[in-house]
Amino acid sequence: MHTASEAHTVGESLGREAWRRLKQNRAAMTSLVILIILTVACIAGPWLTPWGLSEVDWNAFTAPPSLAEGHYAGTDANGRDLLTRSLYGGQISLSVAVVATLVSLVIGVLYGAIAGFMGGRVDNLMMRFVDIMYSLPFMFLVILMMVLFGRHILLIYAAIGAVEWLDMSRIVRGQTLALKRREFVEAARALGVTNRTIIVRHLIPNTLGPVIVYVTLTVPKVILLESFLSFLGLGVQEPMTSWGVLISEGTDMMETAPWMLIVPSAFLALTLFCLNFLGDGLRDALDPRTR
Amino acid sequence: MSQLLLEIDRLRVDFPLPQGRITAVKDVSLSLHTGETLALVGESGSGKSITATSILRLLPELAEAKGDIRWHTPQGIKSLLDVSNKRIRAIRGNEIAMIFQEPMTSLNPLQRIGHQIREVLDKHTSLNGRAARDRVIELLEQVGIPEAQRRQTSYPYELSGGQRQRVMIAMALACEPKLLIADEPTTALDVTVQAQILQLLKTLQEQYGLAILFITHDLGIVRHFADRVCVMRQGEVVETAPTAELFRYPRHDYTKTLIEAEPHGSKPPVDASAPLLVDARDLRVRFALKKRLFRPNAYFEAVKGIDLRIQRGQTLGIVGESGSGKSTLGRALLRLLESQGEVRFDDTELTHLDGKAMRPIRSRMQVVFQDPFGSLSPRMTVGEIVSEGLRVHHPELNRRQRIERVTEALQEVSLDPAMRQRYPHEFSGGQRQRIAIARALVLKPEFLLLDEPTSALDRSVQATVIDLLRTLQKRHDLTYLFISHDLAVVRALSDTVLVMKDGQVVEQGDTDALFRSPREAYTRELMRAAFLDMPA
Repeated sequence: MHTASEAHTVGESLGREAWRRLKQNRAAMTSLVILIILTVACIAGPWLTPWGLSEVDWNAFTAPPSLAEGHYAGTDANGRDLLTRSLYGGQISLSVAVVATLVSLVIGVLYGAIAGFMGGRVDNLMMRFVDIMYSLPFMFLVILMMVLFGRHILLIYAAIGAVEWLDMSRIVRGQTLALKRREFVEAARALGVTNRTIIVRHLIPNTLGPVIVYVTLTVPKVILLESFLSFLGLGVQEPMTSWGVLISEGTDMMETAPWMLIVPSAFLALTLFCLNFLGDGLRDALDPRTR
Repeated sequence: MSQLLLEIDRLRVDFPLPQGRITAVKDVSLSLHTGETLALVGESGSGKSITATSILRLLPELAEAKGDIRWHTPQGIKSLLDVSNKRIRAIRGNEIAMIFQEPMTSLNPLQRIGHQIREVLDKHTSLNGRAARDRVIELLEQVGIPEAQRRQTSYPYELSGGQRQRVMIAMALACEPKLLIADEPTTALDVTVQAQILQLLKTLQEQYGLAILFITHDLGIVRHFADRVCVMRQGEVVETAPTAELFRYPRHDYTKTLIEAEPHGSKPPVDASAPLLVDARDLRVRFALKKRLFRPNAYFEAVKGIDLRIQRGQTLGIVGESGSGKSTLGRALLRLLESQGEVRFDDTELTHLDGKAMRPIRSRMQVVFQDPFGSLSPRMTVGEIVSEGLRVHHPELNRRQRIERVTEALQEVSLDPAMRQRYPHEFSGGQRQRIAIARALVLKPEFLLLDEPTSALDRSVQATVIDLLRTLQKRHDLTYLFISHDLAVVRALSDTVLVMKDGQVVEQGDTDALFRSPREAYTRELMRAAFLDMPA
């Protein structure tokens, strides 16, 4: 009980300090605000636009953006409002991005840190398991899961999460191997600190720099992976959609209806752009050495 | 008659940083003659390296150098700060060569050393084919690499630190430069190797009529190596004088402090009846080498059966060169490494205790490491670092009590307790070492393992840390195990000394007796290298 509250105060002070520094970073703060607005818009999408997700406007097939008609971003080939669909699609894309990245972050960091710190046989076993996971073809894994559990959006989260943590664990393990030879880790052992605390308080915080950079790379990868799955018919199904699906539809219509490509791409690009700035800002804010 | 070779005239180096302008070198003037050795002495941050690197215009891009550096050649005088980039490249390595502190990283690890020397020849001379090959071997022989013919195909990792530095010197001398800039060339080396390298430089200097600009923080080397000394402090030249004169009649106060900062004094002995605190018998540590299937495991034995005993209040100094197993021995005593043999602490047998059973004893035996940069986690505040041991061993303390104990410990090492909120990177090397000592002291230990605690510090800072360690020992009746390669420091601090080589004890005895009349040849060699003036 006692130690739990201790850990909390430590985390808080580090967090508060980081937040103070993050607030000074204008690019990161702007990105954060944009991301929040975007998220809220995606969630509140249905109430924001006059059209529904699969509501067909019989007067406007493949219509360009028009304020008068209420199709602010035009319609697709089936007469459905593109802005509405992009906002709905954002729900899927953003939630896949967040959940899969979080899963890969938590599993990957813990797994990598434990393997690296324990070393020897444990490390060997844990990393060989990672190698085996790597060697499984991703598509095979997805199809297998689909056969076992049936088609569900949760499955996408699980499948993507299950592969993305592998890279993360390797990165963190490499960092940990270098860190655990540093004298501050030895000093902690000499103080009698338990292995668990060493991993949580001394090793993981010091791997944060590369981890955050890698997370900002994972998010776009995950969003694209989801669109790839959906494109093959293994992901989200009509009438539900995602940015990846919208973009791939838009690509087909690029010459006749460029807005069908531009609108969802703009959403995706804006998100990734903001995430990169925010990731940079976070990395700097969490490192006490940058002032 | 020696003639003027290099003149630095009111050199000023600025770093325009976002936080403001930093002037690293302020109006430094000095001159160097052919065949002369000028030592540039100063502590870290004194601007000595910046001064030297500006001669070859190797400064970081950000830096702005003003003033004049005049290079005297038979063809006339060149202003090195103003000549074209092409011209300065022709001078680098050809007329003026440079060697660096870190022989591990100054060589390309993926190329054979012969090839690396040849590169210099290809760049600056017209030698080719056979002639170049012969020159490489000749150079390697000159710098004392045995079996030069065979060795030229070695990779840097196959050579020892001293040999690598020799290769660096061979590269520097390849084009027979007039001036060699040596930036702390022996700092990373063991004392006996250091003595050999210095001897080599001396020989080569006579052979080639070389001028040497020798940058160092070690006054012991300066005394025996330099013709003139130039003392720098905070970017300014404090004093320039012939070596003998400077040591006999230092004019400036700072020079005096530097000379007096050499460790001195000795430790008052403890009562012979003091109880035994640490008692190790036949201690062995071995590391498994690469494992092979179906073959017995091979081991490297780093500590080969060592006995040692330390009485309460005593300091045992362990000296030895790198690779002698002295640090491994220390870690094995604290059970940070697996070991065989017996270790008793007070009246507890430690050998068979597991991690959990060991924990209560850990608060009684603490450690301070060499590297003040690596031994503190960069992402924890000083307060968190110092209080970590309290969380483990005194979970009953509440926040306020813990802060009290941390404050107490920080005051004890003469640090402002208000620094609790700061992070390690905001402190200097000496201050960080004090933080590391505070982390150990906060648990009120009886036994402290000091693993080269002063080696990474400047001399004057080192002196204050030694004073601190002495005061703390007296105040708390602490027992020290002091590991160092620096014999002067060990002599000033320990009751007894143990000399190690290749994992074994070479010699062991009372500090005074051992330093006055060392019995073993190895000890004598070590001392001759460490105190260069000792009679052979």
